[in-house]
Amino acid sequence: MTLQKADVVIVGGGLMGSATAFFLRQRGQSVILLERDQIGQYASGVNFGNVRRQGRFLGQLELANRSWALWKRLPELIDDDLEFIASGHMRVCYREDEIAELEAYAAAPEAEQLDLKIYRGAELHQRFPFLGPDVKGGSYAPHDGHANPRLAAPAFARAARRLGARIEEQTEVAEVQKVGGEFTVTTTDGRQFSAEQLLITAGAWGQKLSAQFGEPVPLDTHGPQMAVTEPVPYALPTVIGVYTKIPEEVIYFRQIPRGNIVIGGGYRSKPDMLNRRAQVEPRSILNQIQQMRRLLPGVGNLNIIRVWSGIEGYMPDSLPVMGRSGTVDGLFYAFGFCGHGFQLGPGVGDVMAELISTGSTRTSIEPFSIRRFALSAEQRSKAS
Amino acid sequence: MATARLSTHRVVIVGAGPAGIRCAETLLAAGCKPILIDENRRDGGQIYRRQPEGFTRDYTTLYGTEAAKAKDLHQSFDRLRGLIDYRPDTLVWNLTPGQLCCVSQGKHSTVDYDALILCTGATDRLMPIEGWQLAGTYSLGGAQIALKSQAVSIGHRVVFMGSGPLLYLVASQYLKAGANVAAVLDTSPLGKRIGALPKLLARPGVLFTGMKLLAQLYRAKIPVHLGISPLQVLGDAQRGVSGVRVRTAEGKTLTVECDAVALGYHLRPETQLADLAGCRLRFDEASSQWWLATDEEGRTSVNGVYAAGDGSKIRGADAAEHAGRLVAMALLEDLHQPVDAGLRDEQRRALALMDQFRLGLAQAFPWPAEQAKALPDSAIVCRCEMISAGELRRTVSEKGACEVNRAKAFSRVGMGRCQGRYCSQAGAEVIAAAAGVNVQLVGRQRGQAPVKPLSMLTEEVSP
Repeated sequence: MTLQKADVVIVGGGLMGSATAFFLRQRGQSVILLERDQIGQYASGVNFGNVRRQGRFLGQLELANRSWALWKRLPELIDDDLEFIASGHMRVCYREDEIAELEAYAAAPEAEQLDLKIYRGAELHQRFPFLGPDVKGGSYAPHDGHANPRLAAPAFARAARRLGARIEEQTEVAEVQKVGGEFTVTTTDGRQFSAEQLLITAGAWGQKLSAQFGEPVPLDTHGPQMAVTEPVPYALPTVIGVYTKIPEEVIYFRQIPRGNIVIGGGYRSKPDMLNRRAQVEPRSILNQIQQMRRLLPGVGNLNIIRVWSGIEGYMPDSLPVMGRSGTVDGLFYAFGFCGHGFQLGPGVGDVMAELISTGSTRTSIEPFSIRRFALSAEQRSKAS
Repeated sequence: MATARLSTHRVVIVGAGPAGIRCAETLLAAGCKPILIDENRRDGGQIYRRQPEGFTRDYTTLYGTEAAKAKDLHQSFDRLRGLIDYRPDTLVWNLTPGQLCCVSQGKHSTVDYDALILCTGATDRLMPIEGWQLAGTYSLGGAQIALKSQAVSIGHRVVFMGSGPLLYLVASQYLKAGANVAAVLDTSPLGKRIGALPKLLARPGVLFTGMKLLAQLYRAKIPVHLGISPLQVLGDAQRGVSGVRVRTAEGKTLTVECDAVALGYHLRPETQLADLAGCRLRFDEASSQWWLATDEEGRTSVNGVYAAGDGSKIRGADAAEHAGRLVAMALLEDLHQPVDAGLRDEQRRALALMDQFRLGLAQAFPWPAEQAKALPDSAIVCRCEMISAGELRRTVSEKGACEVNRAKAFSRVGMGRCQGRYCSQAGAEVIAAAAGVNVQLVGRQRGQAPVKPLSMLTEEVSP
C-alpha cells in the first residue's frame, strides 16, 4: 500500500477546505485534500450565497473584512468567476425599537469599514420603493453583496489543483492516527495519507473527527430552506434580509442578473445524517411565500420553480470552531460555521493557511477556539 | 374486521387518466372509496383529454381511432364521479411521508394518506435541435393538446418531426381537423420497423391502426420521410419558425417551409412525486431512460406507495387501464382483501403482450441518442435557461462534471421553469457523449419540489 505524504492533509472539501488548500499552495506548502463525496456538496454548495458582513458578531468582522478584501480580488485571484457582485446589502426591520439596535451596530467601531447607513420612514421607502409598508427601517451596507455558492468551492478546489494541490473526491476517512509527529489518515478504500499538520474542515461532520482527538463539541445540524423564482427583469440588485427575533419572520432574498430571485430563511429542517440528505419542509416554503409578500408585495406575481436544502453544522453560541486544537499539536479546525460561513470562506482559507504555515495569524480568531467547549465541560463536571 | 380496515384506510390516487380511473373503479367495487386528485379541470388524462364544457365535437372527431376507448373510459368515470372523493384542478406540488401538499385555485391544503397510488402519466421526450427555441416550436403532445382541448392548430403550416407512434397520430389528427400538414419527418429508418415487426405483432390491431394512420397521410399526399437527421429549425427571433432543415436518408438536404413544428420522440414518465417520496428508479435498457422500479403489480420500493400507467413505465394508454386495475388489486391484497384471481390474471396476460409490443416500439422508433453527440455547440439544450450544448460540454471537459446533477449545478441545464422535465434526458446524453461513458453512468436529475411552479399568491387554508 502506498503512503501519500504532504505538508498538510485537509479533511473536508467544502469552501473552507478548498480555500485553505488554495492559500496553502500559494504559500508553497504541499497539500492533500480528502473529500468523502463531491467538492462543495453540502453546506458550501447549497447556501443562500450572501457575501454579507453586516449583522455578524462584531468580533468576527475583522475576519469578515479580510475575506471581503479577497472577494474583491475575484475573479483574478483564482481565475474563475463566482458571480460575485458587490451589490449592497440591506438589513430591514418591522419595528421602531429594532432601528435603534441597527443604529447601535452601525455605530460600533468594529463595523467602521462597512460604511453602514440607517434608513427609516419616507427616506427608506423612497430609496427602496418596492419594500412593503410593514418595513420600518433598515441598515444599508453598500459594499456587501452576493455570489453563486454552487460554483465557489469547486472553483477554489480547481485553482488549488492548478497550483499543485492533490484533491481526492469520493474519499472517505476511516481512521486518523497520530504517531510521533505525524498524522496518518486511512480511508475506507484502504489508502493512507500522512502529514505533520492536519486540518479538519468537515462542516457538519467536524465534531466526529474532533471527538476522536478528545475534543467533542456540541454541534447540531440543520437543513437550510432555499427557494428560487422564475426569472424576471433584473431590478433588485440589493440583497435584502429581515432583522427580527421571531424565527418565522426571518427571510432574505437576492435577485441574480439573469433574473431569478433566490429566497431563504424561516424554519429549518432536520437532516437525515445517515443518508446525508436534507429535505425542504413544505411549511417552510409556505411561510417563505407569506413572508416574502410582506417584505416585497410585488413578488406575488411570481412562481417558485425550485426548492433545495443542504446540511449545515451549528454551534450553540452561533460561532464557528476555528483555529488550532487545544490538545494535539499540528491539528487545526475550521468547521461549524452556523449557516453564515459563505462570506467568510476565502478569509478562513487565507487565515488557516497563514496559521498552519507560519504558526500564527494577524487576524483575531480567538473567540472561535475549540477550547471554549473544553472549558465549559470542565465547569460542568465541577458543578455536578 | 377486514372491511372496517378498508373503510378507514385513506387511499389517494394522483392522476385521473386511464390508469387512475381504472384503479379508482376497481377500488370502489371492492368497497374502498379513494380520493382521486387530478391536475386537470376534467378527467381523461392526456390521451383521453376531455374538451372543455361548451365544446361540442363528437368522439370520432376528437379521438379518431381511439374514440370507443375514450368514450368507455369517460362513461366509467361519470359513473364513479359521485361515489368517490374527486378533486380536479388540484396540483400535488410536494409530499412528505403520509401527506400530500396540494394547491387548487391558489389555495393550499394537505391530504393525509395511508396508501398512495401515483398515476401521473408522461410527457414528451425531446431531443434538442439547432433553433428549437424559436417561437412556433412545440412538442407533439403540446400540439395535440392545443387541438384536442381548444380546437386550434399550432400554425398555418405544420411540420411533424421526431419518431414514435405519437408522430403519426398527431399528424393524422391535424390532417383530419383540416390543418395544413407540411411534412412528417421521422428519424427512424424503415429497416428498424421491419426488424421490430415480430414484437409489434403482439398487438396486431394496434399495428394495423398505425398503418392506417400512415396510409391516410400518404393518401392525402403528405410528404413522409423516414430515416431523416434533423439539422435545424429555421427562422428568427422576431417572426419565429420559418422552416425546418433535415438530411434525408439519401443524404440530401431537405428544407420544408412551415410556421410551426411539433417535435417528439415518444414519452418519458413523470416521476417527480415518486422521486420525492423516495421511490427507487431503474434504468430501462430498451428505451434508455429511467423508470420507476416497481414489481409486476405496481408496488414501488416505498411501503404504501404504488404506481401505474405511463408515470412508472411507458406502455401506452391501453396498458395503463390494465395496470390501473392491477395496482388496485395489489393494494387490496396488501390490505388482506379478497381479489378476483381471474380478473387479475387477465390484466397480467394483457400487460405481458403490451410489454412485448412496447419493446417492439422501442426498436422501431429508437431514441436518437446519437443526435446529442452530433448537436452543434451553438444549439440550445436547456430552453428555460438558454444554455447551449457547448456550455454544457465545457462543464464536463473543464470542470469535470460527469454526473447530471453536478453538471446542472455548474451549467444551469435543468434549472429553469420545466425543472429538467424537457431537457435533462437530452442533457444526460450530451454529458455522456462528452465524458465518453454510457448514459446510465451519468445518472438522472433528482426531483425537487415543487412538481410544477408554485404561485407566490398561494394562500394556506386551515383544514
